[in-house]
Amino acid sequence: MNEAATGFLEFATLIALGILSLAFLLTVARVILGPGVPDRVLALDMLVAIAIGFIGVIGIRTGFTIYLDIAIALGLVGFLTTVAFARFIMSRRYRQDYQEISARLNAKRRP
Amino acid sequence: MTELWNILVGLLVIIGALFTLFAAMGVLRFPDLYTRMHAASKAGVFGSGLILIGLAIHATDVAMALRAILAILFLILTTPISAHLLAKAAYGAGYRPWKGTACDEMALTQERSAGKKKSKI
Repeated sequence: MNEAATGFLEFATLIALGILSLAFLLTVARVILGPGVPDRVLALDMLVAIAIGFIGVIGIRTGFTIYLDIAIALGLVGFLTTVAFARFIMSRRYRQDYQEISARLNAKRRP
Repeated sequence: MTELWNILVGLLVIIGALFTLFAAMGVLRFPDLYTRMHAASKAGVFGSGLILIGLAIHATDVAMALRAILAILFLILTTPISAHLLAKAAYGAGYRPWKGTACDEMALTQERSAGKKKSKI
């Protein structure tokens, strides 16, 4: 019984690694296809979540749970990059507005 | 007793990986940014959280189990914030929802604020 359960755990982690790889590939396809910047940022955030899942499965499979610290740091970095990209997307909009307003003002001044 | 825990951990890992796969399929297949975000920020975090719960059960060390629970808490705390911030930034930058969206309440508030701005100018 014990051997069967350990075998089931190894089998389950192997299957989980395969499924996670497929999920990773699908998300990378969205990064490549994504029509806009926010879609790509969202897909990169999703990649971070999948990488944390990978680290968890590797930790269960090999017993190297020390990688869990890396998972926590990766979650922090993923959150900060998403926030930074959101600020970037917003600031780009403001720059467009500013250019439109300045163009309008210049058009008014000329005549 | 150990074998039961092993089977539980295996089931948690497989279910978590399946949830992550469904989230990735949603990210690939949904029509616009906001529906994609709906898939990624809920199902993806739930899948990773299930895998980390499996790791916390499997770990023999208490410190490692606590660290796994800490990682889950951190993920649950930060993902809604980043998704909300990204959605707001994308809406403000002019990415409109898919035309099949039933209700776009942000449009009303944007029109209202735009009207206020125009009246000020």
